[in-house]
Amino acid sequence: MITAVVFAVVAVAIVVGLIVAFVTTTRARSRQLGLEEDAEGRVVEPEGRGGVNVEPEGRGGVIAPPAAEPPAAPSAAPPVEVPEAVRPALRDRLARSRRFLAGRVRDALGAGLDDDAWDDLEAALIQADTGVGTATAVVSEVRAEARAAGVTDVDGIRTLMAQRLLARFAADAPRALTIGPPPSVWLVVGVNGTGKTTTIGKIAADQAARGRRVVMAAADTFRAAADEQLEAWARRAGAELVKHRPGADPGAVAFDALAHARARGHDLLIVDTAGRLHTKVPLMDELAKIRRVVEKEGRVDEVLLVLDATAGQNGLAQARSFAAATGVTGVVLTKLDGTAKGGIAVAVEQELGIPIKLIGVGEGLGDLEPFEPRRFVEALLG
Amino acid sequence: MFDSLSSRFDDIFTRLRNRGRLSDKQVDEVLREIRLALLEADVSLRVVKAFVADVRERAQGAEIHKSLSPAQQVIKIVNEALIGVLGGEAKGLVPVDAPPRVILMAGLQGSGKTTAAAKLAKHLRGKGRRPLLAACDLRRPAATSQLQLLGEQAGVPVHAEPGATDAPAVARRALEEAHAENLTDVIVDTSGRMHVDPELMAELGAVARAVEPHETLLVCDAMTGQDAVNVAEAFLEEVEVTGVVLTKLDGDARGGAALSMSYVTGCPVKFAGVGEKLDDLEPFHPDRMASRILGMGDVLTLIEKAEEAFEADQARRLEERLRKAEFTFEDFLEQMQAVKKMGPLSQVLGMLPGMGKLPIGDANLDATMPRVEAIIRSMTPRERNDPSILNGSRRARIARGSGTSVQEVNRLIKQFEQVRKLMRQMSGGKGRARAVPGLRLPPGIGS
Repeated sequence: MITAVVFAVVAVAIVVGLIVAFVTTTRARSRQLGLEEDAEGRVVEPEGRGGVNVEPEGRGGVIAPPAAEPPAAPSAAPPVEVPEAVRPALRDRLARSRRFLAGRVRDALGAGLDDDAWDDLEAALIQADTGVGTATAVVSEVRAEARAAGVTDVDGIRTLMAQRLLARFAADAPRALTIGPPPSVWLVVGVNGTGKTTTIGKIAADQAARGRRVVMAAADTFRAAADEQLEAWARRAGAELVKHRPGADPGAVAFDALAHARARGHDLLIVDTAGRLHTKVPLMDELAKIRRVVEKEGRVDEVLLVLDATAGQNGLAQARSFAAATGVTGVVLTKLDGTAKGGIAVAVEQELGIPIKLIGVGEGLGDLEPFEPRRFVEALLG
Repeated sequence: MFDSLSSRFDDIFTRLRNRGRLSDKQVDEVLREIRLALLEADVSLRVVKAFVADVRERAQGAEIHKSLSPAQQVIKIVNEALIGVLGGEAKGLVPVDAPPRVILMAGLQGSGKTTAAAKLAKHLRGKGRRPLLAACDLRRPAATSQLQLLGEQAGVPVHAEPGATDAPAVARRALEEAHAENLTDVIVDTSGRMHVDPELMAELGAVARAVEPHETLLVCDAMTGQDAVNVAEAFLEEVEVTGVVLTKLDGDARGGAALSMSYVTGCPVKFAGVGEKLDDLEPFHPDRMASRILGMGDVLTLIEKAEEAFEADQARRLEERLRKAEFTFEDFLEQMQAVKKMGPLSQVLGMLPGMGKLPIGDANLDATMPRVEAIIRSMTPRERNDPSILNGSRRARIARGSGTSVQEVNRLIKQFEQVRKLMRQMSGGKGRARAVPGLRLPPGIGS
């Protein structure tokens, strides 16, 4: 039996090896010919979870808040940039990280600019989850600049570091949420436990406060009681909610919610999706399907990826996969009210070109702020 | 996942392999590489420093084994140190003399406490125990209903008081219920909390004092970054942590948080969450995790999965074919079906040693599988068994039938021939699996 297993493993190695070799040569060939990649044949049938899609007979229907409902005339206005609501809280909330890095810079430079000091600066960035690559690059850039410009003081070095970090965020990146002619659809995606549902509650409250009529789609039909959680947030935010039965097809929920939004003249539909690990191909396909279904009848203006600031280097892999599956338009960085620094945001924006749009700094309805690179970097460095 | 820790260690050890003895300078270089590699795996910097110092000490004090090369010795030392930090042997829950055993679940929001609690309950029920779930997360909307639903799925009773606000009191009453019903375990689910929130941390302390848990499990997301140490320390201040549950280990996170958490709490990782179903909770194996981190592949898990996926007689038939080097597309198709059962190809690949170096970049293996399958399925049985008859017009037909191009068909056939050649070499006993570019088989396999 053992030899049989060994041979089975060899077989796996062979299958894997063959496919790897196939992919590699395909890629090499298409590079040679200057062709577009063609190896992404997506024949996989989205399997969803658990397989069973509940028949839509017993729909949960619509829960409406006690709000009045004058049907807003659908205007043909072009997409409008949402003005940002500035709250002064970020600096305070990030005070810990500020002290942390500022202290590190001072400590590191206290003994003069020797190799150890630069190593410590690099370590400080690594501890902020920027990743070794970014940390090394930033420090070596700053080091070269400091040498060239003869900068040796703490403040000067800190300024250079801030500049180098800031340069990694595109100055002209679109950071405001896009809202087009009603109904605008925003899809909210991410791995399990990053805070998607909470974020939706906050966004809905913010949009409602701007006078928009918001409906939520409870398309997380997988997690137990996810719809109840969203319902509680809908009530708090003054939004409507469309839900089906647990286990229903998430695409169908989104589709029905869109029809509802259209019929009632809502401005904005926010679709909550089930958390999923970015490595699970069928689940990522399911997400792509939700988007396709919505786009049959409507227009997806934003796909927001919710990233947990406590996540480390895996955050980049998450962003890459979700971007490939659904075309992420922006990132919401959550849980910045803890000690986590969210340094992976630097790499996500720089390497993938996905703008960070919002940050979550608490569990209250108002604890959502626009992302501002300058303040983020300043908060990191003090 | 391919640019992971494994490839870094591979680089280091490839360089070491060619050396007879290591100088101090070389040891420094290796340790620097190990430090970088661990940092990239999200092990917290402080833990990395301590760990590297530990390895240095062991390396200096180590007896020289004549039978081991320097590379093997370094692997051995690093491996032992990793296992040491991760908690040595796989450990279960502490036994108690007088039931009910009280298990407190603590952790940040979104780490997976509620799911882990339900999985643990099901795990215990499967062992013939009678657990009770206590819903003491009174903050998150619908957390109580979530636990009630999960309890129903797991077939485990849930003590829930919808609308209650006093978590310690709910926990106490759950414990009373367990006594009254003569249950063996109480699993207390608590609210997720930021470790910097003094009020919520105090509440956790109050819940702990109310029920005096035998086991306090810190639930930690495998994707956690550098912050893991801060989190662990803050929870240690409030409760007496006895073990760690590592969740979401089925992703491609490198699991550095496991090392950080174990190091700071001094507690072993006891369970790992490896999927979304309630059965997807496994006892944690420090040795396997260590080899995963070390880039020696996770061959044990791979073999387990292979055993599940390949039927015994299928494996024997395969063995036969491999021995005789009569490998056909038909066999390959059969293998592909079995490998598919083992999970996403990219994940299976990650368990194979030495795979970190393959130059496939971001290529989507799992999206390519169906293409390869389509090509083979477009062949006639005769063609599958005897690829030599595949002439130009047959290839053109196959390309049309599978919706691919003749070039792709050609490439697949060429790769397939290479594999056959390789197998002939293997069964002839000479040479090892070098013919497929970049493919290296686990030590002890294929020779």
